Amino acid sequence: MSESILIKGASIVGGDVKDVLIVDGVIAEISTSITSPEAVVISAKDLVLLPGFVDLHTHLREPGRENSETIATGSLAAARGGYVAVSAMANTLPVADTAAIVEQVSSIGKSVGLVDVFPIGAVTKGLAGEELADLASMAHSKARVRVFSDDGNCVSDPLLMRRALEYVKQFDGVIAQHAQDPRLTEGAQMNEGVIASTLGLKGWPAVAEESIIARDILLANTVGSKLHICHVTTKGGVEIIRWAKAQGMKVTAEVTPHHLLLTDVTAESYDPIFKVNPPLRTADDVEALRAALADGTIDIIGTDHAPHPVESKECEWQSAAFGMVGLETAFSILYSTLIKSGRISWARAAEVMSSAPAAIANYENHGRPISVGEPANLTLVNPAGVMVVDRAALASKSKNTPFHGMEFAGTVVATIFNGAITHKVGL
Amino acid sequence: MRHLLSINDIDKDFAITILDTAHEMARVSEGAVKKLPTLRGKTVVNLFAEDSTRTRISFEAAAKRLSADVINFTAKGSSISKGESLKDTAQTLQALGADAVVIRHPASGAAHQLARGKWISGTVINAGDGTHEHPSQALLDAFTIRKHLRGGKGDLSGVEVAIVGDILHSRVARSNVLLLTKLGAKVTLVAPPTLIPPQAQAWPVTISYDFNSVLPHMDAIIMLRIQQERMSDLYFPSEREYSSLFGIDTERLALTKPHSILMHPGPMNRGLEISAEAADSPQSVVVEQVANGVSIRMAILYLFIAGSQESSNE
Repeated sequence: MSESILIKGASIVGGDVKDVLIVDGVIAEISTSITSPEAVVISAKDLVLLPGFVDLHTHLREPGRENSETIATGSLAAARGGYVAVSAMANTLPVADTAAIVEQVSSIGKSVGLVDVFPIGAVTKGLAGEELADLASMAHSKARVRVFSDDGNCVSDPLLMRRALEYVKQFDGVIAQHAQDPRLTEGAQMNEGVIASTLGLKGWPAVAEESIIARDILLANTVGSKLHICHVTTKGGVEIIRWAKAQGMKVTAEVTPHHLLLTDVTAESYDPIFKVNPPLRTADDVEALRAALADGTIDIIGTDHAPHPVESKECEWQSAAFGMVGLETAFSILYSTLIKSGRISWARAAEVMSSAPAAIANYENHGRPISVGEPANLTLVNPAGVMVVDRAALASKSKNTPFHGMEFAGTVVATIFNGAITHKVGL
Repeated sequence: MRHLLSINDIDKDFAITILDTAHEMARVSEGAVKKLPTLRGKTVVNLFAEDSTRTRISFEAAAKRLSADVINFTAKGSSISKGESLKDTAQTLQALGADAVVIRHPASGAAHQLARGKWISGTVINAGDGTHEHPSQALLDAFTIRKHLRGGKGDLSGVEVAIVGDILHSRVARSNVLLLTKLGAKVTLVAPPTLIPPQAQAWPVTISYDFNSVLPHMDAIIMLRIQQERMSDLYFPSEREYSSLFGIDTERLALTKPHSILMHPGPMNRGLEISAEAADSPQSVVVEQVANGVSIRMAILYLFIAGSQESSNE
């Protein structure tokens, strides 16, 4: 399906106000005033046009957990959140550890057609942390997997991690590590600290995350491989990554919107809606993460969108599932916490939401500059917009948002995927 | 609706009111007819999702002495192992018309969720949730300390209390830290560093790893039960070593002030954290704690159920 879209008067990545004409999925013209009688016109006065968002950390739950989310519902949630590409984590049932599964996920994603669904392959068979999965078969499959992760589980065996890092070099792959020492976090429920101690919930020490980050950075540099650290949550983790980058070591890192905003104080409610892995940390950690995203220590926003059905959250904290949905609220949280105050520029926002994740994962056609001849994967946002989060209104099949009732500045008003409008509201 | 989920739910004045009321209730228990009509027609459900004969019969005796109808709902591990959710259990209790639910549960926060889940309309009394809190135990401990050291009146200002043992996993310790300090007592936690909760330095307590140096200053010593499985979880090397450093025996008792009292929430591991001689010594008030437990729970049920009724009629 091809159509012409004319975006009138948008500020391009927060800069010059221009008209943008899209024809056949490609940016055909950018100038101060374009007229095109056959084009669908989007009036973008006071709106900002960004490269379409790319999420490197999405749980779509299909196959196997379709009661939580499907590729279709997750794709719609992504489009509403301004995303044009998502990366489907491997912890499905069965696990995405073979070419057949990743091809299935990729193919369902294509048939839904709202975003590019790039499967992430498991590092180890069944996420069991014992044997390597068929990494090259997944890389050479139609799904062309380049990012591998046992997310949810840490690849804790140092030898196995070393081998995985080495092995994926043959197809320029990257290992995305969920940094969590399993032994230091047995039965852990929330951030270790005075709040956990007072609540009688088993603590999750920062060192369990930081020791793996440090180890893997050293391992990756020993073998010259690409390492991505998923959802960094601690000040200490930030310091280690900052140090490594200063040494010229190769590593990329991600932070979730919820870790940029919420702290372990939320657990005082004993409401498992705030239970997440890795856990919400302290206000000091939140500040360190914001600073790290601003100064480039942390490269990208990854949502860690993790849908769970009601019954997995409507129970005792220690029995509840870890995770929260986040695709539809990510931009508004980033805008409210960092863009609005000017702490990060629109250009930096475009990097962390689009070009940097696309570059880490080698997603061609994504995170491209907004210029003539580039694929039309674009997101239009309204800085003056207000989002009051209503869980019932989420497109995601699961409603486990910790932000219900909260008000944020900045909204996604349109998403254009391969030249087609996949989301548009109030325009 | 007023709930007793945590010691944080009561201020100092109300804590003293509970202790004073328990003092009156004790007289009922000492009388020939051990019964008051106060809660006639009210239904109290004891929801025990974890083994605890002592606390359950204490609440049961308390409710019966106040003439309430008592239903015991013993559902050991039901919500977790059998898949019945706390919500479904709560709705069952609501259907039974419970005016109050006394809940003991292995999950920290279960009482909070029961109270805040809007699944039931009655008062919720926390009778121990995971490793979080056990408010009625702290109140009975404060009552016992006040009776022996403050003549059964007022607060506990200036009283020195040591809580000794597995602080990390103890809901009794957490409630006692909150309550005893609220009442003006000075609390010292004594344990190996592995059994002190992380960042407990932020609590209003002193922390010591040296039991002998603490003992001469204490007016009351609360020994906590040490569970055998803690050893396999690497918290300490052997029972013998634990016992020699943090157990109380007659030699250590000799280091204490003569008027000081020795307490234990029970059940005791004789020979581990407390020697038989120490447990049966004149300084031991362990048996009295049990009797005081009934008086405190009568006071709690009276003030929280009858009290809630009065305020909702206003």
